[in-house]
Amino acid sequence: MNNFEKSASIFEVHHLSKRFGDLEVLKDISVTINKGEIVSIIGPSGSGKSTFLRCATLLETMEHGTMKYQGEVVCEEKDGQGAVYAPPRILRKLRSLFGLVFQNFNLFPHWTVLKNVTDAPISVQGRSKEEVLADARQLLKRMGLDTKEDAYPCQLSGGQQQRVSIARALISKPVILFFDEPTSALDPELTGEILKVIKDLAAAHMTMVIVTHEIEFARHVSDRVIFMADGVIVEQGPPEEVIGNPKQPRTQAFLRKLSHQN
Amino acid sequence: MALGILQIANQPTMSGSILLSTLRQLATGFGMTVAIFVFTLLFSMPLGLGLCNVRMSRRWFFSWPARLYISVMRGTPLMLQILMIFFGPYYLFKMSLSDAYRFPAVIIAFSLNYAAYFAEIYRAGIESIPIGQYEAANVLGYSKLQTFFKIILPQVVKRTLPPVTNEIITLTKDTSLAFAIACTEMFTTAKQLASAQRSMVPYIAAAVFYYIFNFVVAFVMERCEKKLSYYR
Repeated sequence: MNNFEKSASIFEVHHLSKRFGDLEVLKDISVTINKGEIVSIIGPSGSGKSTFLRCATLLETMEHGTMKYQGEVVCEEKDGQGAVYAPPRILRKLRSLFGLVFQNFNLFPHWTVLKNVTDAPISVQGRSKEEVLADARQLLKRMGLDTKEDAYPCQLSGGQQQRVSIARALISKPVILFFDEPTSALDPELTGEILKVIKDLAAAHMTMVIVTHEIEFARHVSDRVIFMADGVIVEQGPPEEVIGNPKQPRTQAFLRKLSHQN
Repeated sequence: MALGILQIANQPTMSGSILLSTLRQLATGFGMTVAIFVFTLLFSMPLGLGLCNVRMSRRWFFSWPARLYISVMRGTPLMLQILMIFFGPYYLFKMSLSDAYRFPAVIIAFSLNYAAYFAEIYRAGIESIPIGQYEAANVLGYSKLQTFFKIILPQVVKRTLPPVTNEIITLTKDTSLAFAIACTEMFTTAKQLASAQRSMVPYIAAAVFYYIFNFVVAFVMERCEKKLSYYR
């Protein structure tokens, strides 16, 4: 069952559907993410890409479908009942397998940088304080924030705040990291520093799913690009195909509109 | 400050010894005022938190009774509530009223009343916290209780400090309503002294006591606000 070594798939979801009232925002989505893979999800706003990320990170519950992390079941489609979730005890354990970086950072404003990064592993996962502190300092150094551990989020730039939130997501050693438009709340000058952090993570073979509007970045960093529109996956494949030479008219229209803007 | 009272009191009709005994009696009454103040805060602030929790429940059979409670407590005079709590046991159950019940009755009435106001202040504070804070806590694996006490509540305290200060200052002045059931706090004492002496001096002295107390309250709360201003 928990054959981590054998299953290369870190995350898989099959036949995911999600609705908000009458609006079906995700229709029969199936995605598998393999170990070390970097997948970008692009698409117009309202296409369902953020909702997909929120379902994957358990911020939303899906109506139908099956979802697994490293082969362990988060929820399973059952006849007549839709998606049935694992008990909370299991879900709490599975939560430590993934990290999520938010568009608006969502750091805890009343805590220092160090406390933001270290509190969850200490008080949720029950890891030893010394070990977590050592990990945190190393991570902050890697993020270029070693002088900022006693600062409060309001004293940092947007780019620095986002790097803290990436450190906060990384400290629990997730097997997969999700990014929800990590640069959308940043000035163009600050976007670069976050993209560089993600590139460094890519070089270290971190498995990542990135929802982004930075098409050029998606083209350079990802192994696979998924184009979503109106709640479905329209097209997916290597970036040189999906972005460089899209087959679907919907993808072509989207990319054309973007290149006109720039 | 004490000099100020002396100057006002320095009238030909009033001797220094009368003034001293006035101040002494007011000080005794002030002790009772402070007791009402302290016990009311002690009970009403946590009670308000519980009430706020029930009020914010998504189940109507929790939230609606809480709404009704808050509506009644805010919609009727505190003085009437004090009278009902004090005389209620007699009218409803023909229980004999002991003198020792005066103070508890005041504390019960004040705590029940102020809890309603605090509940609404907390609710405003809790609802002002961005949803992203809950989502980040959720993804990091914090339990609901951890999320509330470690992440939400500290931010709510900071945001609700100004309205809570308002409420505390109002409470200081509202303690005078205990007069309604002859619970001898400072205002009751001042009124008795004023009519006995046929003088305004006890009122003025009481006003100075209230003012100084609230001045200290405001000062302390401002210090607290400053202490919490290290983050936004």
